[in-house]
Amino acid sequence: MPKSLFIVVVGCGRLGSLLANGLSRQGHNVVVVDRREEAFAELSVEFSGFKVVGDAVESETLRKARAADADCIIAAAEEDNVNLMVAQVAKEVFGVKRVIARVAEPARELAYRQLNIETVSPTSLAGDHVLMSLARDQKENPS
Amino acid sequence: MKAVIIGGGKVVYFLAKVFISKGYEPVIIDQDKEDCLWLSQQLKAMVLHGDGSRPALLEEAGAREAVAVLAVTPRDQDNLVACQLAAKMFGVPRTLALVNDPENQEVFHRLGVSVAFSTTHIMATLIEQQAGLEEVVNLLPVAQGKVTVTELLLHQGLPSVGRTMQELDMPAGSLIGAVIRGEQVMVPRGPDRLQDGDRLLLISTPESYGPALRCLMGKEV
Repeated sequence: MPKSLFIVVVGCGRLGSLLANGLSRQGHNVVVVDRREEAFAELSVEFSGFKVVGDAVESETLRKARAADADCIIAAAEEDNVNLMVAQVAKEVFGVKRVIARVAEPARELAYRQLNIETVSPTSLAGDHVLMSLARDQKENPS
Repeated sequence: MKAVIIGGGKVVYFLAKVFISKGYEPVIIDQDKEDCLWLSQQLKAMVLHGDGSRPALLEEAGAREAVAVLAVTPRDQDNLVACQLAAKMFGVPRTLALVNDPENQEVFHRLGVSVAFSTTHIMATLIEQQAGLEEVVNLLPVAQGKVTVTELLLHQGLPSVGRTMQELDMPAGSLIGAVIRGEQVMVPRGPDRLQDGDRLLLISTPESYGPALRCLMGKEV
């Protein structure tokens, strides 16, 4: 088995909980952060990581999550701006090597790629997927 | 000169008024629709409704020609992103952000915001520096509070009134940078004598602030 990593997941919504559950199952050490304690209900019973309640745009919360020791931070909160701020603070203040931010708005995503923030956009991914699959249909069944 | 202000409520209303009086052309971006309506009725300014951290809206507000962007929403993340996008995408030379969590002041500087100010920090400094003294009419922390610039109003009965700069013997780490007497502003030298009604600009480190005030005001601070 590859070396297990220490990963902080910010936001325990649909994407955050999916990632936290999956990474924990793979044997990684996971800390998941959310503003609302109720959000942790999304975690599976096998989830063996830690939970931190707090607003991740406050450095204090990231400290509680031991961000400085993390191999990777995934900013997967609902709001783009929370993720963009958390990603930059993790990188610049806590010195985290690998940082990934979920950004829904494609225009904002572009700007932050130029700032060397690794981003993933559910909007672009879904959009590209649909466009590609339609193009494939057209190729296979030209009308 | 165009300046984009992001936020709402009374703060933005008064800020915009100050900007207009100084000859700027403010453009406001506000998330709250009712607030937008109210602001547009009160001010001779363009008011846009929406999220000021969206590139499309910043562009519509004329960020490309703006000399400054000021983000004063109650959410630090929105203020940061608005300032960064303004600077990176539209080349706005000066960005100013309100930080709600005082710890973020330092963080914002590191992430490229030109000026980050924290009301919590400013108020805490005011209390610390005994701004309650009636003679202290203005106080400005500079360089994250490492230096303070204080405006003091002298009146009859204070130990410094009637004395020359030489006689005052100000403590190390403090300096009277200017004396404002009526319409006149002067940089005081040794033989200059302080008078009733003078306004002083005191520049000092936090450590020498107390001793300097004692020297000028004769009060325990």
